[in-house]
Amino acid sequence: MSQPTLNQFQTVKYSRIYALGASRGELVVTNDDIAGPIDSSDEWIRQRTGIITRRRASKNQSLMDMAVEASNEAIKGAGITPQEIGAVIFSTITHPYQTPSAATLLADLIGANPAPAFDISAACAGYCYGIAQADALVRSGVAKYVLVVGGEKLSDFIDPTDRSISFLLADGAGAAIVGPSETPGISPTVWGSDGSHWSSVSMTSSLLEFRDGESTWPTLRQDGLTVFKWAVWEMVKVAKQALEVAGVKAEDLAALVTHQANIRIIDELVKQLALPESVAVARDIINTGNTSAASVPLAMHQLLKDGTVKSGGLALEIGFGAGLAFAAQVVVLP
Amino acid sequence: MALSQDQVLAGLAEIVNEETGIDTDSVKMDKSFTNDLDIDSISMMTIVVNAEEKFGVKIPDEEVANLLTVADAVNFITAAQD
Repeated sequence: MSQPTLNQFQTVKYSRIYALGASRGELVVTNDDIAGPIDSSDEWIRQRTGIITRRRASKNQSLMDMAVEASNEAIKGAGITPQEIGAVIFSTITHPYQTPSAATLLADLIGANPAPAFDISAACAGYCYGIAQADALVRSGVAKYVLVVGGEKLSDFIDPTDRSISFLLADGAGAAIVGPSETPGISPTVWGSDGSHWSSVSMTSSLLEFRDGESTWPTLRQDGLTVFKWAVWEMVKVAKQALEVAGVKAEDLAALVTHQANIRIIDELVKQLALPESVAVARDIINTGNTSAASVPLAMHQLLKDGTVKSGGLALEIGFGAGLAFAAQVVVLP
Repeated sequence: MALSQDQVLAGLAEIVNEETGIDTDSVKMDKSFTNDLDIDSISMMTIVVNAEEKFGVKIPDEEVANLLTVADAVNFITAAQD
């Protein structure tokens, strides 16, 4: 008796981002609002970070509220129904439950139940990690449409007296629908990690130490200068590699959308990459702050919304952060 | 061939000028990066990376906090060349 030949998923040649969605914390927090506990000033914070205001969620606005709002906008913009979503990927480091995942609840809340759904933990690189996975799922035929969400309520994990990172942090969610395409819409992703710098951006303690009374509530901390050095000079190499594997040159780009960590990192990256002036550079951090996994889609959404860039142009997106984890790809703007 | 202190100072002054716009003549050995030249820690890190590249030396992150004056940096770089 002959063995039957297995069916396998039928591959799809290309993928693209169909649409984006955005949701920011409803509170506008100024530098003056937070300068007291860190003995700082509006001028110092602007000069060191570029931030003028940061958006934070109110007590009653949850991570899930922002994720649902961003997802619904992306689904509507893509012109699909929630039931057509074949996978939900939620990148976050601030979902307050070890389990179940945020993605399964999100899938149910937006009407995508019973889509497969899972979280990824890649911090500020998380959205670009998610796009890499969505691209692979779509082109391998595993899912027709994938919802990728980067969302954070970082304000639950900050220390108002911390001068290393807390004052940068903000809340929001960005979403994208990735699906099949007639033409190439997402380049190969250049991604990786360097766990030898695991503690460069991390929590002050583990949940177990908190449970045992050995620490206060865990909050985020970073070794700012080490991270700055890595984020500029290592990410320049990653950005150049991403352009190379995409087969495009810097002058072909309509936009550079980096993780919105600090304006000084963004400006130095632009300088090191010798980007021509024709390339729009996302500086959403000025009014939004650093929203970790949400920052890339929020910044791209803003460039499209204010008309700085148009649908169809090329954008280099690059996420980098705790881990240290990084991911970069060139995408066609939705 | 290793550069002299004067040559390192001149090269460092160019890097400082490039990053901050401070006149190269103002970058003197006795000047403090923070107090006299008003260079913040992020600019300092950029200067350090550019100096590593220019002089072919390695300046560890933990060493940067010890480079308080221009002389500290020049001496460190001069010694690290050997």
